[in-house]
Amino acid sequence: MAGFVLIVIAAFFFPGIILRTKSIASGRKGPGILQPVKDIIVLLKKGSVFSTTTGLIFQIAPAVTLVSVICAMLLLPFAEQRALLSFEGDFVLFAYLLALGKFFTVIAALDTGSSFEGMGASREAFFSLLVEPAFFILLATFAMFTGYTSFSVIFNQFFITGNDYVMIYSIIGVYLFIQIAMVENSRVPIDDPKTHLELTMIHEVMILDYSGFDKALIHIGTYLKFALYGSLIYNLIVPAGWNIFLQTGLFLAVQAFFAVVIGLAESFRARNKMNKNPKFILTLSAIAWIAFTVILILTDKLV
Amino acid sequence: MNQHTYTEVNNGSAPVPVRSTPVLSYGHFYDEVTKLLGSASNHCISYYCHDLSDRLKFICCIADDETGSIKVLSHEKKADGTPLRSLTVDCPSVHIFEREIHENFGVVFEGHPWLKPVRYPHDRADRLSVMDNYPFYIIDGEELHEVGVGPVHAGVIEPGHFRFICNGEKVLHLEIQLGYQHRGVERMLAEKSEALQRCILAENIAGDTATGHNLAHVQLIESLAGIEVYEALQIERCIALEMERIAVHIGDTAALCGDVAYQLGQVTCEALRTMVINTTQSWCGNRFGKGLIRPGGSNYPLTGEMADEILGNLADVERRYSNVTDCIYSLPSVLGRFEDIGTVTRQQATEIGAVGMTARTCGIMRDTRKTHPFQHYKNFQIDPVTLETGDVLARGMLRALEVKASAGIIRGLIDAWRKAEKTVGKPDYDLRLIPDSFAVSMTEGWRGEICHTAVTDSMGNISHYKVKDPSLHNWLALALAVRNQEISDFPVCNKSFNLSYCGHDL
Repeated sequence: MAGFVLIVIAAFFFPGIILRTKSIASGRKGPGILQPVKDIIVLLKKGSVFSTTTGLIFQIAPAVTLVSVICAMLLLPFAEQRALLSFEGDFVLFAYLLALGKFFTVIAALDTGSSFEGMGASREAFFSLLVEPAFFILLATFAMFTGYTSFSVIFNQFFITGNDYVMIYSIIGVYLFIQIAMVENSRVPIDDPKTHLELTMIHEVMILDYSGFDKALIHIGTYLKFALYGSLIYNLIVPAGWNIFLQTGLFLAVQAFFAVVIGLAESFRARNKMNKNPKFILTLSAIAWIAFTVILILTDKLV
Repeated sequence: MNQHTYTEVNNGSAPVPVRSTPVLSYGHFYDEVTKLLGSASNHCISYYCHDLSDRLKFICCIADDETGSIKVLSHEKKADGTPLRSLTVDCPSVHIFEREIHENFGVVFEGHPWLKPVRYPHDRADRLSVMDNYPFYIIDGEELHEVGVGPVHAGVIEPGHFRFICNGEKVLHLEIQLGYQHRGVERMLAEKSEALQRCILAENIAGDTATGHNLAHVQLIESLAGIEVYEALQIERCIALEMERIAVHIGDTAALCGDVAYQLGQVTCEALRTMVINTTQSWCGNRFGKGLIRPGGSNYPLTGEMADEILGNLADVERRYSNVTDCIYSLPSVLGRFEDIGTVTRQQATEIGAVGMTARTCGIMRDTRKTHPFQHYKNFQIDPVTLETGDVLARGMLRALEVKASAGIIRGLIDAWRKAEKTVGKPDYDLRLIPDSFAVSMTEGWRGEICHTAVTDSMGNISHYKVKDPSLHNWLALALAVRNQEISDFPVCNKSFNLSYCGHDL
């Protein structure tokens, strides 16, 4: 339960910290940390406008997406506590809950009949397809590493397997989760959340037709997803056995650090050319594959 | 023989009597124009038609970049709907002028491949031709899809419709439909009797080229009035023009970085642009130089302190801009987005008659300041920057290099200004124009060659005024540049040209 609450708290500050980092990096004062949350409150008070070409799918998609993220949050453990929902192989459910949310965003975009949104949907579906192997191979590596297939147990056992290479796996895991989070959350270098140019957008263009309350739901989903990945990263850095109060502080610190890293990464580089994205994402799968092969060798599974 | 086919004028020189230009038969005109445009040093700067109630008079101005002269050819025809053989077949660069004449007067050019509306003027020949029935090019195919963008765009830019035909992410064809900004500028410039009104109109032909267009206009009026202004004023005008070039180039660099999500380059250049336009503001009270250039004199003569302020700010901007462009053009992630994107080949640029930056990035040395010098550039050595690759990177780099060059030019101009005799003259809004004459005025705005021409009637009033913005030629370069590119690279291509919608639509 604590983990669930902490993710929600982290999500409150996450987008604000990214924005603030980018502002400071570019020599500006920038809005307050809570500005994105205030924007959401404004949006929540507004009604939605629906295009006449859209149907039921378009209207339910934001809610489905948000709910799928919230359900995925239930699967993540914190400290020594088990996740609210935990069973063997729960990371598969985790991945496909997020995919379900994405699926609804994609078909809702197609529902509008706009050529922009069709393009965005096609790109999003393609890049999500490419990033899936990276996620599963990485999780399979951790499953091999610890010998378990549930998030709660994997992270509980991660630092107490006595394996000498735990630090290396921790670093690879953190790196890959950060990159996967960039892809999944449509950030630079894959996508540019700030752009106003429809032709270059991936995720943003799919939600162009949403307004008011529905748009707020989509934003909340995005922020929670950030904190969700932040939580995964945290579990790979801090051993589960540490003091719970220390862990709470560290959790928020790791989340803030993750947000600052994203902010800095977005300040000092340009985004990829669209046709470089597949290469970029497949590289993540390749790194995960190498880690997986090495763990097979280390555990004497590979003859 | 030459005396019988065309008259020669120089940029901004004394006007020629309308009658001195011989009226050729169309066949003769066609042969002469084809012959002239066959030479690489010549290009067509303006070709238009005006209505003499019983007949149409066509005037074609061809600039010779080597000798600096402008050849004016003319022919006439009755407004009876008989078709003319299209010059575009042999000289593709005049395509847009023929389209314009066709739209305005219903003249049919036989063999013209693309006789489509240009800007929907109010008094166009075919009132049934409207925005909604624009004849878009269509390609049939199962795998192809069309993407329409605009006329209303996300972000604060002008309206224009772009229609892409794509195969997946790849653009096969782009068609640009403009005309949403048409305001009837040319007609107003001819009808307004007060010189001040005309200046203000000229400043607003394209908001980002206030100085460039206004200088072309003022130069034209002075030319028609047969006067030449004092040296200090000429220098000041050139300084204003270079300041505008620096400001816009830096702003464009910011926009280019913004399009590829490179935040550092974007915000730094935005801040630097503000410094430049604020300097212009402290000179004349307007950040875009509106009100600075007036016929015969100036309300804001340059002062010693102002010159020092310009030099001081410029040195600062130049140093910081050079730092940031070094950073931008050495960053792999930015280079990956700019290099080999949106390439215009030299051959394409020559064929479509590209001018200004677009031409100079393809290795074509086309810079009015050098080839047809005006104002103080006549006494000043200019070395235009040219690059060869014609891609987005070249257009970005050209801006960086031109800012540096312009800063140097301003320093040289201020030196010359300090030596020049300090005459101070107030604007003269009552200039009497020489009757029945014709004059051409060209300036090199930051986008490229701006050309204004006018004809006066027997009373000395302007009877016809024609404006040509460089964008008129260069929009086609953009359409060609995005072929076989990814559609997601279109915005950065578009930004690298940064063409004017209202300059085109007039």
